[in-house]
Formats: sequence, structure tokens, C-alpha cells
Amino acid sequence: MNSILAMPVVFPLFTGIIMLFFWKHRQIQRIINFLGSTATLALAIYLTWYIKTSGIQCLYIGAWKAPFGIIFTADLLTMTMILVSGIIGFATSIYSLGTMDETREHFGYYPLLQIMIMGINGSFMTGDLFNMFVWFEVLLISSFSLVALGGERSQLEGAIKYVILNLLSSSLFVVGVGILYGITGGLNMADLARKIPMLPNQGIVNVMAMFFLISFGIKAAIFPLFFWLPASYHTPPAAVSAIFAGMLTKVGVYALFRVFTLIFVTNVAFTHTIIIIIAMLTMLSGVLGAASQMEFRRILSFHIISQIGYMILGLGLMTPLGIAGGVFYIFHHIIVKTNLFFVSGVVNELKGTYLLKKLGGVLKLYPLLGLLFLIPALSLGGVPPLSGFWAKYTVAVAAVEKGEYLALAVSLFVGLLTLFSMIKIWNEVFWKEQKAEFAAEQQALRQLPKFKIAMMFVPIILLAAITLFIGLNPEPFLDYANEAAQQLLNPSIYINAVLGGAQ
Amino acid sequence: MRSIILRTMTMYLLPLLLIFSVFLLFRGHNHPGGGFVGGLVASAAYSLYLLGFGIDKVRSIFRIQPIKVLAFGLFLAASSTVFPIFFGKPLMTGVWYEHKLPIVGSLGTPTVFDTGVYFTVLGVTLNIIFTLFEDKE
Repeated sequence: MNSILAMPVVFPLFTGIIMLFFWKHRQIQRIINFLGSTATLALAIYLTWYIKTSGIQCLYIGAWKAPFGIIFTADLLTMTMILVSGIIGFATSIYSLGTMDETREHFGYYPLLQIMIMGINGSFMTGDLFNMFVWFEVLLISSFSLVALGGERSQLEGAIKYVILNLLSSSLFVVGVGILYGITGGLNMADLARKIPMLPNQGIVNVMAMFFLISFGIKAAIFPLFFWLPASYHTPPAAVSAIFAGMLTKVGVYALFRVFTLIFVTNVAFTHTIIIIIAMLTMLSGVLGAASQMEFRRILSFHIISQIGYMILGLGLMTPLGIAGGVFYIFHHIIVKTNLFFVSGVVNELKGTYLLKKLGGVLKLYPLLGLLFLIPALSLGGVPPLSGFWAKYTVAVAAVEKGEYLALAVSLFVGLLTLFSMIKIWNEVFWKEQKAEFAAEQQALRQLPKFKIAMMFVPIILLAAITLFIGLNPEPFLDYANEAAQQLLNPSIYINAVLGGAQ
Repeated sequence: MRSIILRTMTMYLLPLLLIFSVFLLFRGHNHPGGGFVGGLVASAAYSLYLLGFGIDKVRSIFRIQPIKVLAFGLFLAASSTVFPIFFGKPLMTGVWYEHKLPIVGSLGTPTVFDTGVYFTVLGVTLNIIFTLFEDKE
């Protein structure tokens, strides 16, 4: 049987539970957490290879056949996400060893982290819309705790905004699921994909599509719905905001990709045009927001939003190249963005602040850190030959092929402004001489234990190496993305794999 | 609230309620009851004892940290979902022992899952109540 498909959920679950037995034993929890995330990463690599060679696989939970029971389905898009969540989980586990403070570790930081990864993996794996809602709740509840863990004043302020807007999104999601169930009588995604084109009243399908666009849009932080993100992502510790920045919004993007290539494809002229317009506005508002910020992590937070725009643009184009570009973009973006947040955390450890005005001269202290910042930063800006260039290039070519010249212009302009923001951080944090008054007060912070430094640099080097590898060797990744796009654009493959030939 | 009536009653109620909670747990598969209710009744028993005798006394009869009970319950429940894989069945399929046992009735992975829920509920509730009372004293 295909029970191995459930393992990306089961591994983090058991890691989390075993750590509960060692409540208040910091060292043991750290070791278990590291072992658990290593196992999850190894499993993700194996599973990706397995799905790549054997096609879409399903697991019927509890042996209830689709469309009646809950199923886990793995296609190439799913595997992209599982793989990258494995990588990020692994990197964050190591990074937490170096940066997480004792109080947070005492109050269950590691179990929460594992349970959140379980929720993330579950929402990628599931082939059932209501089950996806449940996994969203799992990951949200643990992320609520993670964002507020520690209870600093600014953290609680950010947590409130984060919690309220995400709860709003969840309630819209569950309302949408309810109405969809009411009109089709099913929640299995493959089953929905089969039933929706046969509905007599296509108007209500558009309404449903907008429900899901808004609900997932809040989670993915698209244009008018992104305000919670820059308000909350810069408040928790760097390790937490790094995994949030990498994975959480991308769960929303994944959900958008899933429902708008599988379920809501009956009226592409309406729904996907809206997505393209939203994508352009998302890119612009994100990058302009970043230009006005003077705090390290707030700039990066705004850039998450503008980058989401590119992914959604790929989805909105709905051509093989567009979707492939979107998938490639997600993969590249998660790695790069997490890495940038890691770097910001290291700077904070060295200097004790995230404010650009108070920073400076880091390049002289740690030339290596400067290089490690430049790789993801230039990749984010789309400088060849780094991974971001290929991602942007693919999406841009797809836009030209579709004749969306405005979207092309916007995406190129936004790329330029992204580069501008990254150069701004480079200038302020690494290049310029630090003002003497700030340098003096930060002198004491510079002495960090060797172990801490190693644990901070290892994941950054790992992710930068992946970025470089994708950049210099994009061919296999683009092939993979193309194949994933083929699967997404031919929903019949997915539907047949889930429901079998009998339907 | 150290009333003598409550104390005397609790002495008798604690074992009775605990037995009742186990009864509810095993009855739950096909009848009203189950792990959740059973766990609540068991934690109610300890809470009554706590109200009558205070936190230190409860700790002396309930020596395990509640969070360990919670972890044990979760572990039991999670294991029961993985168990069917060793029989070549998909995750979460019910696997049953073919003979009926005395007290427990039919034994299978759902029973184990319910027992896990029982301990999880007990652990969570006691953890909350113990924490609240410790802050007070």
C-alpha cells in the first residue's frame, strides 16, 4: 500500500509527541528535533523520487474509497512543496539551535515547530477540501502559539493582527466549503473537478471561486488582503519568522494553485483574468511598501508580498510555461526568502538591532556574511545566473506568449525595484561605516560562542548552496516544473488517479 | 474550601469516579461514552480531591507530571493510526482482535485510540488545573 504518503505527516507528529515526554529537558529536545527533521527531509527526498518515477499516487485513509473517505494525493506539485518544507524544516531546526533563547525552548518551542510542519505537510498532501481546512487549522493554531511565544509587547501586538485576519480567512474558507458541498454533494477535489462542469448554474461557481480566492488570498497575502503580514512577521524571533516567511504564505499559494487548476477551471476568462490583475497589484504594492521601510525584516516582509505576485501571475496565465514558472518560482522563493530572514537574524545577534539606521559595517566584521547575504538578495532581485533570474525569466516569457505585455512590464519594473531594496539593505547594513555612537553600544554583543556561530552559518550556507546550484544548473528543475505543469493543466490525470478508471 | 463533608465524600467518590471513567471508556465504542467523556470524568475525580485536600495532597497521589500523561495519550492515539500499516492496510484502518475480552469487550485499534484520547484529556485538564492552583499558592 501507499502508506508512505502519510509519513510526511506522521514523522513530525511523532517527533513532537516524543519531545513532550522530555518536557523541560532542553538538550534532549534539541537532539530529537534535529533527528526528526533530518528523517523528514530524507523521507521527502525519497518520496519526490518515488512520485517522479511512478506518477500520481493516492492513499485512501482508513481504506475508505474516494470520493467517500479522506484521501492523500501526491502529484509533482505536492512533492515540490513537501520537499521544500523538508529542506526548510531541517534548516530551521539547525538555525534554532544557535538562536533560540532558553525560555522559549522551555515552553515547547520545538514541539510546536514540529506540529506546525505536520500541519503544513498535511495541507499539501490532502486531496479533500474539508480535510485541507483541518490541516490549515492545525498549522494555524501552532503558528499562533509560535508567533506569540515569549510574550514580548511587540510580539503580542503582531500576534493579534495575525490571529484575527487568519481566523477571518478560515471562516470564509469553511463557509465556501459548506456552500460547495451544498451544491455538489462532495468534497473530494477530484470529485469536485468532475462535478463542477456539469452544474447547470455556473454563476454560483464563480461566486465560490471568489470565496476561495479571498480566503486563500488572505493566507497567501495577495493585494488588498496582505496587511497582516508586514504587521506581524517582524515580531517573533528570527528562526520563527524565517519559517513563517518561507512556508506559511506559500501554503496559501499552493491552495490557490490546487483549486484554480483543478476545480475552478470552467470560467478561466473570468477567474484567471482577476488573478492576473491581482497579481500585478500585489507585485507593485509589495515592492513599493518595501521601498519606504527602514527595518531589515519589514523590508523582507514586504518583499514576500511582491514575490507572491509573480507566483500568482504564473497561475493567472494558465499556460504550461506560466504554471511551470509559478511552480519554479515557489521553490526558489521559499529557499531564498528563508535564507534572507536567517541572515537578518545573524545581523541581529551580532548587532542587537534590525534598524537600518543603527546598523553598518558588518562587511568589515564578517565578510563571509556579506557574501551569504548577496547570494539570496541578488537572486531575489533576479540577477543572472542565480535562481531568481530563471524563475522571473520563465514567468516573463510566459506573459509575453500570452500577450500580457502590461504584466510583463510590471514584473520587470518590480524586479528592478526589488534589486533597489536589496541594494539598500546592502548599503545600510554591510557597506556603510557605522555611526560611532551605535558602534560603541553594540561592542559587547559581538562576542558569540563558536557553537552558536556555527549553528547559524550552517543552514545559511546550505540554502545559499541550493540557490547557487539551481542558478547554475536550472535545467532539471525547469524540466521538473514543466512536468508538474503538465499534470496541473490536465486534471484528468489527477482525477483518474484518484477515482480510478471506473468513473 | 476545606469542608469536612467534601473531604469525606471525596474519599469515597475518587475511586468510584475513576472506575466509572474506565467503564465509560470501554463502553464508548458502540454506546454513549468514550475516551473523551471518560477522561473528563477521571479529571473531575482528581479535581474534586484537589478542592477537598489541596494541591500538595493531589500531587502525592498523582505523582506523574500531567504533561507526561498527555504525551503518553497522544503517543497511544498516534500509534493506533500507524499500527494497521504493519498489517498491510492503509493508515487509520481499524484492525480488530478476533476474540472478545472480559471487561474491555472487543479490542482493536479504535479502542487503543480511545484510550489515548482518555489519557490526553486527563493530561490536558490536570495540567491546566494544577497550573492554576500552583499560581494561587
